[in-house]
Amino acid sequence: MAMAVRVCLGFLIVLLYSNFSTALYEDQVGLADWHQKYIGKVKQAVFPTQKSGRRRVVVSTEENVIASLDLRRGDIFWRHVLGKDDHVDQIDIALGKYFITLSSEGSILRAWNLPDGQMMWESAFYVSTPSKSLLYVPANINLGKENWFLVFSGGWLHAVSSIDGEIVWKKEFAIDSLEIKQVFQPPESDIIYAVGFVGSSQFSVCELSSKSGEVLKHNTASFPGGFCGEASLVSSDMLVALDATRSALIAISFQSGIINFHQTYISDLVQDFSGMAALLPVKFTGIFAMKTVSSIYLVRVKGVSELEVLEKFNHPASVSDALTLSEEQQAFGIVQHVETKIDFRVKLDKDLRNGVLKETIEMDPQRGHVQKVFISNYVRTDKSHGFRALIVMEDHSLSLVQQGVVVWSREDGLASIIDSTTSELPVEKEGVSVAEVEHNLFEWLKGHALKLKGTLLLASPDEIAAIQAMRLKNSERNKMTRDHNGFRKLIIVLTRAGKLLALHTGDGRIIWSLFFPSLHRSEACEHPSALNIYQWQVPHHHAMHENPSVLVVGRCGPSHDALGFFSVVDSYTGKERNSLKLAHSIIQVIPLPLTDSTEQRLHLIIDANLQAHLYPRTRDSVNIFLREMSNIYRHSIEVGKDMIRGYSLQSGCNLDVADEYCFNTKELWSIVFPSESEKIATTATRKINEVVHTQAKVIADQDVMYKYVSRNILFVATVAPKAAGEIGSVTPEEAWLVAYLIDAVTGRILHRVTHHGAQGPIHAVVSENWVVYHYFNLRAHRYEMSVIEIYDRSRADNKDVWKLVLGKHNLTSPVSSYSRPDVMVKSQSYFFTHSVKAMAVTATAKGITSKQLLIGTIGDQVLALDKRFLDPRRNVTLTQSEKEEGIIPLTDSLPIIPQAYVTHALQVEGLRGIVTIPARLESTTLVFSYGVDIFFTRIAPSRTYDSLTEDFSYALLLITIVALVAAIFATWILSEKKELREKWR
Amino acid sequence: MRRSAEAIASLLLLSCLLPSVLAGPASLGDGYTIAGRVKLEGSGKTSIGFIPPLKNSNAEVILNGGQRVTFLREDGYFSFHNVPAGTHLIEVSAMGYFFSPVRIDISARNPGEIQAALTENRRVLHELVLEPLREEQYYEIREPFSLMSLLKSPMGLMMGFMVLVVFLMPKLTENMDPEEIRRAQEEMRAQGVPSLSSLLPGRSN
Repeated sequence: MAMAVRVCLGFLIVLLYSNFSTALYEDQVGLADWHQKYIGKVKQAVFPTQKSGRRRVVVSTEENVIASLDLRRGDIFWRHVLGKDDHVDQIDIALGKYFITLSSEGSILRAWNLPDGQMMWESAFYVSTPSKSLLYVPANINLGKENWFLVFSGGWLHAVSSIDGEIVWKKEFAIDSLEIKQVFQPPESDIIYAVGFVGSSQFSVCELSSKSGEVLKHNTASFPGGFCGEASLVSSDMLVALDATRSALIAISFQSGIINFHQTYISDLVQDFSGMAALLPVKFTGIFAMKTVSSIYLVRVKGVSELEVLEKFNHPASVSDALTLSEEQQAFGIVQHVETKIDFRVKLDKDLRNGVLKETIEMDPQRGHVQKVFISNYVRTDKSHGFRALIVMEDHSLSLVQQGVVVWSREDGLASIIDSTTSELPVEKEGVSVAEVEHNLFEWLKGHALKLKGTLLLASPDEIAAIQAMRLKNSERNKMTRDHNGFRKLIIVLTRAGKLLALHTGDGRIIWSLFFPSLHRSEACEHPSALNIYQWQVPHHHAMHENPSVLVVGRCGPSHDALGFFSVVDSYTGKERNSLKLAHSIIQVIPLPLTDSTEQRLHLIIDANLQAHLYPRTRDSVNIFLREMSNIYRHSIEVGKDMIRGYSLQSGCNLDVADEYCFNTKELWSIVFPSESEKIATTATRKINEVVHTQAKVIADQDVMYKYVSRNILFVATVAPKAAGEIGSVTPEEAWLVAYLIDAVTGRILHRVTHHGAQGPIHAVVSENWVVYHYFNLRAHRYEMSVIEIYDRSRADNKDVWKLVLGKHNLTSPVSSYSRPDVMVKSQSYFFTHSVKAMAVTATAKGITSKQLLIGTIGDQVLALDKRFLDPRRNVTLTQSEKEEGIIPLTDSLPIIPQAYVTHALQVEGLRGIVTIPARLESTTLVFSYGVDIFFTRIAPSRTYDSLTEDFSYALLLITIVALVAAIFATWILSEKKELREKWR
Repeated sequence: MRRSAEAIASLLLLSCLLPSVLAGPASLGDGYTIAGRVKLEGSGKTSIGFIPPLKNSNAEVILNGGQRVTFLREDGYFSFHNVPAGTHLIEVSAMGYFFSPVRIDISARNPGEIQAALTENRRVLHELVLEPLREEQYYEIREPFSLMSLLKSPMGLMMGFMVLVVFLMPKLTENMDPEEIRRAQEEMRAQGVPSLSSLLPGRSN
C-alpha cells in the first residue's frame, strides 16, 4: 500500500515538475505583458536633409542611446545602446547616409548606416589627456571623392577617411599643450584652421594642410586677462571668448595670421549684469549666444570692437542651432515660456527684428521648463519655408511641434526610473457595471467557438488574426478598478528628472504624472530632486474611504546635507495631498512596520547628524512608536570606510528646541573590515514585505528542517581591494571574495565563507532563509552563482510526534536575535554563463508558491530560473527518496532554457532593475523590469495551479457536457429498446 | 551575376583580413587590439559564396561584463582597441542565438599574442571567429492538432472513460452467468434501487 502511495506521489511530482518553465506560445505575446521603448533625455539631434532621410531625426541621449526617430509619429526606427561609459560627445551626418558619432571622450568614432542603423566602421584614437572633443564634418562634402572628417580629442587632431574610418593623418597638439576649441575648413580651401588656447592666457591659430596635416602656419598671441576656455566661432576669421573672470567678452580676429584682441565688459553691453556668463554652444554666423543668471542674450559681432545685443530672452528659454536655409540665409529657433504656454519663434539672421514664424503652444505643465530645442525646415506647397521644432523638456520628454500644435510627445523620462512602488486600484462600485466585455450570449459563444477552433488548430489564418485581435482587445485588463486576481494595479515610478508617473499594469498607459521640481522650486530650494518613493497610506480596514497615497522624499540640493522635503501624493488622482519642507537633511528613510489609526505608515528619517525623525508628526504616531521603540534598530553601511554599524534608538534629541518627534541613535555594534584585505562590494537584505509561508521544510524520509527565518539578515560581500576593478585587472591569486551573513540587530556574524580567486561585480538576493549571489570566478574564468541556505538547529529535535502532542516542543517560543542561534548552513556553487545586470526573486501573496530567481542577463533579457536549481541539497547521485522530493541531479552549470526568458523575444535595453509584486492570486507574481526600456509581465513560477488559464476552452467544456448528455440519452433509448425486446421474447 | 561578383569580392576581402584577425599589435597607446568576427546564421559560406548576414545590426559584443560594448560591422567584424594585457572575457549578445563567453588571454611577455577559448566547453579558438553554440527558440511551439492531444486533455479523458464504460460494461456482464444476472436484477428490484429510467421525469414504468 505504502509503495502504491509512493508511486502515486512520484508520478504526481513528475507530472507537476515535468516542465520547469512556464513558457509562452508565440500567440500569447502581449496578453499579459507589455514593453515600451525609450531613449532617454535627448542631448543632440540632427535632421538628415537628404531625400530618403527627410522624415526622420537622429538623436543621441544622456542614457548613451543613439536612435533614429520617425518625425511623423515619434516611433523608433532603430536604436543602439552604447556601453555605460561610452558617452556620446558629438554627432553629425555625413554624405547624407552616414550617422557619425564620437564617443568615450573622443576616443571612438563610429559611422552608422542611416536607414537601418548598421555600423559601417569604427575607429579608435589614442587619448592621452582628457579634453573636450570636437568633430568636424565638412559641410559641402563631395560624394564623388574621398572626404575626411576631422576629430580633435585628447591632444591629437585626426583626419579620418569617410569611407572606411581609416586614419589618414594625425597631428599631436598635446606637446604644445594647445587645446583646440574650433576646427574648420573654409569651403573650396585646402587649409584647415585649428584655433585654441595654450594654457589660460595664450591664443593660438594653426593652419594645416588638409592633405597631410602638416602645419603651414602657427601664430600665437597672449592676452593678459586670461581665458576661461569657452569660445564661440562667429565667422571664419573671428572668435568670441570669455575671459578668466567670465565677466568680459574678448573678440579675437585672426585674419591672415594677425591676431587682434578686443575686450568688452559684459556690464557695458547689458544692464544689471552680475555673476558669471557662459557661452552657449550654438553655431551662427556673425552672432553668438551668451547666457547669464537671468537671461540669454543674442549678440551680433559687427567688427572686432563692435558688439551689439540683438535680443534678450528671460529664463527659462532655449535657443536652437542655426539652420542653413540657403547659401546666405540662416534661421534659428527660440523657445520661451509665457506663463503656462510656450512661445516658439523662428528668426532669420538677416532680419532679426521680425521673425518668420511665431507660434504659441499649449504645453503640459507637468513637463517643466524647456531644456533644448532643435529646429528643421520643410518646404510648404507654396514654396515657403515651414519649421518644426523638437523640444526637450525638463522632465526629459521629447515633443515635436509643428504649425502650433504638439504633433507627438515621447515620455522619455521613463528611461531613467530610479524607484518604483505599486498601488491598488479603486474597488469596483456596486451598481456601476463595468463589465460590458461580452455583449450577449451569442457573441460570447461565437468568440469561444472561434477560440476552440484555434486550440484545435483548425482555424484559418484570418480567423487566427481575429482571435488574436479579440484577445488583445480584451478590455477586462485595462479597467480602472481592482480585479479579483490582483493583476490590475498602478505602478508608480519616479524618474531621475523628478517626475512621478502612474502606469497601469494592463497596458502600461500613463494614468497621471506629477513633476516635482516645478512644484517645489522656490527661493530656499533651488534644485529640488526627488530621491525615493514609499508607501504612505494603504487603506485597509480603518480608512477605506480614503485613497491610498505614496510618500516622495527629496532634497533641495545635490549634497547629502541639503535640506529635505516631503510630499504625499494621492495614488488615484496624482494630486499632491500635502507637502512639507523639512528642517533637516535626509540620509536614510526607514519605513517601519507600524501604522497609525488612519493607516498612515510610520517612517523614520535619519539625518546627517544621525538623529532620527519620526513621521507623520502626530501624537498618535509617537505613542505607537514609543511602545515599539525598544524593538527598532537600524544599521548603516559605510562603503568608503568598510564599516557596518548598528544603532538603537533613544528618546530625546540634542536640538535647541524640544522636539518630541526627534530621537537619538546610540551605537550598539560595529563591524570593521580590514581595509587592506577587504572592501565592501555589495550588501543585500530581505524585502520588508516578503511573506514566508512555513518555517518547516519537510525533506525526504519524513524528516523536518527548520528554516532560520529572520527579518534582520544582512548579506555583505567584500572583495580584495585590488580586485575591486573590472574583470581582467587581477590574477586569481590576488583576488578573493568573502560573503558574510550578519544579524543586523546584534551584529553577530552568522556565517562567513571565502571564495578564493573570485571577484565582482556581485549581485545578491536574499529571501526567506537563503542568499543567492553571482560573481566571477577567475580560476575557471566563468561566472558563478552560489547559494547559502541557513537552518535553525535549535528546533531540529521537534520531530517527535509525542513531543508535539504533549506540548513539549519549543516551536512557540519567541524568536529573538539575542538568543544565541544554533544555525546550520548549507551551500553550493554552480557556473552560470552570462554576466548579470540585475537579480530579483519572485514574491507571492502568501509565500506558498515555489520561488524563481529573475536574472537580468547581459543581453538585457530576464531569465526565470527555478530556485530548485540552486538547492544546496542537489547531488550527483540521488537516492530514491530524494528523487521523489523533486531534487534535481547536480550539474556543474545552471541551465539556460530559452523558453524560460520572461521577456521572451524582447529586450529591456539598458536593464537596471527588476521589481516583483505579488498578485492577489497566490500562484502569480507581477514582474516589472526597467532600464532604458520598461517591461511588465506576470509569471506563475509553479504554473497557475489556482485558476484556469486564460486559454481555458469553455467551448470544449460545453461540447463535452452536451456530448455526455446526448450519450446518456442515446444509451437510455438503447437500453429501453433492449428491455422492450427482452420483454417481448 | 552581380551578386556572384560581389560574393567574390567579399571573399577576397575575407581572405585578406582573416590572417590578421588575431593579431593585436600595440598600435595605439599602451593597449592591444582584440579583433574578431561573429558568424551568425546566413553568414556562412554557401554554394554561391559569402552572403553578408542581415541581422548584424542588432548584435552586440561585450567586453568584461559591460566594461565596453561594441557593435558588429556589416561583415560581422568587431574590434576592441586599447585593451590592457591580462585575461578578459568577451560575450556576444544576439537575440535568437546562444553564444558561449570567450576567454581572451593577452600575453604581456609576448606582446600581441592573444589566446582565445570558449568558456562553456573549453574549446580553444585559433581564430577569433565566434559562432553561436545553438539557436534559441523563445516560444513554445504549438503542437499540430492530433487526436492524442485532444484525448489527453481532461475533457478527452472524461469522454474516453465514458466510452469505456458504455462499451466495456455490457461486455463484462455478458461473461456472467445469465442466471446470476437475473438474480441480481431481481434483487435490485426488490431493494427498489432506482434505475436510470425511473430517474427521468414523466417516463417511469
